Formats: sequence, structure tokens, C-alpha cells
Amino acid sequence: MTVRTGRQPTLQNKRYRAQTALSTIAVHAILALIGLTCLIPLILVVSISLSDELRLAKEGYQLLPVGFTTFAYEYILQAPGQILRAYGVTAFVTIVGAVTGLLICSLLAWPLARKDFRLRGPLSFYVFFTLLFNGGMVPFYILVTRYLGLKDNILVLILPYLVPAWYVLIIRTSFAQLPMELLDAARIDGAGEWRIFFQIVMPLSKPVLATIGLFFVLRYWNDWFLALLFIDDSLLYPLQYLLYILMANINIMAANPQTTGMPIPTLSARMAMAVLAFGPALFTFLLLQKYFVRGITIGGLKG
Amino acid sequence: MSEPRQTKQSSFAPERVIRRIFGNQREFRTNLSLLSMALPGIALLFIFAYLPMLGILIAFKDYRFNLGILGSEWIGFQNFRFLFGTDAAFRITRNTLLMNTLFISTTTVCALIVAILLNEVYRSRMSKYYQTMLFFPYFISWVIVSYFVFAFLNGQTGLINQWIDALGIKRIAWYRSAAYWPVILVLANLWNGIGFSSIIYLAGILGISPELFEAAQIDGAGKLKQIRYITLPMLYPMIIILALLAIGRIFHADFGLFFFLPRDNPLLYSTTDVIDTFVYRSLVELGEISMAAAAGFYQSFIGFLLVVAANWVVRRFNEDYALY
Repeated sequence: MTVRTGRQPTLQNKRYRAQTALSTIAVHAILALIGLTCLIPLILVVSISLSDELRLAKEGYQLLPVGFTTFAYEYILQAPGQILRAYGVTAFVTIVGAVTGLLICSLLAWPLARKDFRLRGPLSFYVFFTLLFNGGMVPFYILVTRYLGLKDNILVLILPYLVPAWYVLIIRTSFAQLPMELLDAARIDGAGEWRIFFQIVMPLSKPVLATIGLFFVLRYWNDWFLALLFIDDSLLYPLQYLLYILMANINIMAANPQTTGMPIPTLSARMAMAVLAFGPALFTFLLLQKYFVRGITIGGLKG
Repeated sequence: MSEPRQTKQSSFAPERVIRRIFGNQREFRTNLSLLSMALPGIALLFIFAYLPMLGILIAFKDYRFNLGILGSEWIGFQNFRFLFGTDAAFRITRNTLLMNTLFISTTTVCALIVAILLNEVYRSRMSKYYQTMLFFPYFISWVIVSYFVFAFLNGQTGLINQWIDALGIKRIAWYRSAAYWPVILVLANLWNGIGFSSIIYLAGILGISPELFEAAQIDGAGKLKQIRYITLPMLYPMIIILALLAIGRIFHADFGLFFFLPRDNPLLYSTTDVIDTFVYRSLVELGEISMAAAAGFYQSFIGFLLVVAANWVVRRFNEDYALY
């Protein structure tokens, strides 16, 4: 986000200042209140995951843990089977998808940023049109299941999201701002187009690549849609889809008698699963928030 | 891309055509390299974006899995007659339009208020934390949000019903009462999107020339007057344009929101069933492909017209903001 030093109060009179101070405190109070309201769902779910199962059943969910215990997490991590598997699928899809997608999108964006590329106009339209019109779910479903035969194939969780037109346009905008004289210098030194791309363009564009890379990571990490349509094999369930299945069949955990004698924590374990699923995404977001903000302010206003 | 006409002979020669498009040999090599870079992207877009566009034709066919899209028989508008003969067609259209209208208006108003507040304390260190708290929900998937909502609303143990108990009122079976769901969905959508929208508006406010505010201050205008007479008028173009672009997408509902939060509960369909959930259900759960295809075409077609119309209006308003 563009940083601008704020406005200095030019009026020095005391009453004005006192008023301003008061209203500033009020603004802080309102924003803090709204911010904390946004946090409540998060707090609630974490609290439930740390609560005692029997007391939850009796007293219901509370904003603070009732009878603090980490039993739900221990239970999940003890017999991780399916959950660990889903983590693996999601991690694989996220890493491969983000890296491949970033590469393919950049490779597509670079010619679009080049004024000397003769097919720039038609190709820009080709990319852009996919933002305006799409065939929707039905043809997509039939294409993937009947013609591509990708049902229950891990590739189906990656391929359809590799080239979002919006990302391509954001990268192109950023590429177009590179100093093109650099390229002439490299060309005189005998560098080919591919070498220029990998040795000059990509290294100079780290900020936008970081932003789009993060968009990709969160998109793949949070995806359930492709699994909902195309994955029936429980070995290929990604994390979000597994969570959906668990929510849809609330008793699936109780029906999974892997442990002996122990009470199975369905109420708290379910929420613990949710925490384990959004934890890494939230952490990534907190760590790299400024890149998102930059991406949104570039992409949200003008692609 | 009009090239100067230099060809005297009009005789067709492939290399001349190629030269016309790609220029001299060095330019040709450069263009060939650039084209080869773009190829993987072009191919993926062709498969996953353009082929499905052609596939919408199945709305006019009696689709049979074994015959495929091309082999199935043309039946004209029969699928549409079938679709619009049901109550569902009206219900999903109404819900989609109504809920999206509520989403656009609530998010715009609330995000504007938040952006103005954020701007007032922009230089404070706390401002960062506020932004983080408001923004993180955007990166929580709807599946997880359905867990959040379930923690609040489920009949026996949900938080809201505990509170209702404490007040001594009769508990509410949220997952069986369709009337409450428009409000629940509006709140969930607001929670999810307010950070994103307010950051865009904040960027807009930060772009307003500070001299305007300084001049107003010297003239004795208080904060409220500055907001009323400077901030808002300066943001109007942006507000209208973002709203128009959202209206362009008003026929497309957020599938995850409407599918996961009400937990695909038939008791709630009267207020939560939208075009996208209907298409999914018809296609995957009920196997009524012709119904799904008709509803999908209806959505794609009208959605496309709306995007083009919205963009036309935006262009007349301010060319810089138009999508194309």
C-alpha cells in the first residue's frame, strides 16, 4: 500500500486538539471492537477444541474452554491415519500447484507485457475473455470426468487452477513496468529470450511473484471445490474436503472405533480438526500479510 | 496491428504470411520464443476455460453419457421448458439476486465506514492490528466457516442457544428455520469480506490529495464535515464502479457460502438455495444433467450480458476503471 505521511493538524488551538484526541480514542475503541468481533468465531472454535468432552455435552459450547484439556488434539494425533493422509495430499497439491502455476502464469504474462510481441492483442483478449464468460459447472464436470478421465486422479486437484486470468493480468501489469532497456543490454550480450526471462525478468519481479505465489498457496490450500466434484477415493481427500465429509457425517468419528475404551471426543475433536486445518493458512497469512495487501491494491483496482 | 502493405504480388506464399505477422528473421525468432513461453498457459486455458464454453451447448441437447456431448441428440429448448416449469427456477433466481443485493449493499456500507475509521488512525501502530483482525477471515475457507457457524448455531450445544437459555427465552432450531438464514448468511459474508473491501477503499482514501483536507481544516471544517464533503465525494466514482462490477456478477452466487453453511439442508432451501447450489445438486447428487445444464446456461448467459452491460456503464463513467 502506498504510504503517505498523515495530515498534520495545522490548527494549534487547544480545544481543537482536545476534541481530536477524544475522537481518536473513540475511533480506536470502535475499530478494536469490530476487530475483536471478527475474532470471536476463531476464539470459540479454539476454546471448544481445548474443552473437556463431557462438560461440553452437558454445558454446551462456551467462549472460554471448559475444563481445559488437549485431549482432542492428542486423540487426533494418536490415530492420525486419514488426517495425516489428507494433510499430505493438500501439501503436495499446494506446493506443486503454486510452483507450476506461478511459472506458467509468468511465462504467459511476459509476452503480454512485451510491446514487440506481435500476437499481444489477440492473446490478451484470449486470456481476458475467460474472466467475462465461463461455461459453468456442468460442461466442466463432463469434460473432466468423461473426456479427460481425471476423476479420482490427483492431477485434477491441480490442473484446473493453474492459469487464473486475474493472476496473469496482475503479473503482466508488473512486468510491463520493468525497464526494458535492460533487455537490450542483455540482448547485445547475446542472451536469448528464455535466458532473459529467467535471469533478468523473474529475479527483478520478486515482489509480484511473492504476492501471486501466496494467492496460489492459499487457493490450493483452501480448495474443496475440485474434490467435491471429482474425488471419491478417500485416499485422495484433501484436508478441506475431509473436513466437509466429517461435518456432513457428524458421527463418522464415533463410527471409526480405532481406539479402545477411551471416550471418543466428537464435539471437541471436530473443532480441533478445523483448527489443524486453518492453522497453517492463518499462520502463512499473518506472516506475509503485506504481500496480500499489495496484491489486492494492485489487482483490486486495475488488473 | 495494421502493417504497411508492401506486398506487390498477391500470390499466396506461406512464408510471406508468416513474415507479415512476425516481421524479419530476428523479430521472427523473438516472437517464436515468446509464443513458446505462452504455450503451456494457452493450452491450459483452452482445455479448462474454452472447451467448457463450447460445452454449454449441452443445454440444448438430451445428454447421454455414452453418446457424449457431440453425439447426444439436439432437443431445442426442451430442457429450459423443463427447468422453468418447476418452482425451483423462481426460487433460485430470487434467492441469488436478493442475497447478492444484500451482500453488495451491506459490504459496501460497512467497508466504507471501516475504511474511513482506519484512515483516521492510519499512522498509529494499532492500525496494522485492526487491519489484520478484519482481514484474516478472507483467508478462511467456507468449509471451516461452516464449523464456526455450527459452533454458534447447533441446536443442543451451540453458543447462541446457551445465551438464549441464559436469557430464559425458548431455544431456536436454527438449522430448521429458513427465515433466519438470510441474516446469518449476510453476517457470514460480511465477516468474510469486510477486510478485503475496506482495504480497497482505504487505498482509495489514501490516494486523495492531502491538500484538500488541509484547506478544509484551515477553513474550520471538522472531521465529520471533511468526511461528508471531501472523503465521500472523492470516493463516489470508486464506490459506484465497484458496485457496478459486483452487479455484473450478481447472477453468480458464492457456492461455498450457500452450500456449506446451511449444510445442504432441504428445510432451508426456501431461503438458501441459489443457482449454483441448484446446479451442483442436480448434476452430482440427483444426476439430472439436463436440468443442471439448462440452469447453468441460464446463469452463464445472463451473467455474461450483465457483465458486459455493467462494464459498458463503467466505461461511460470512467474508462480507467473498466474491465476492458
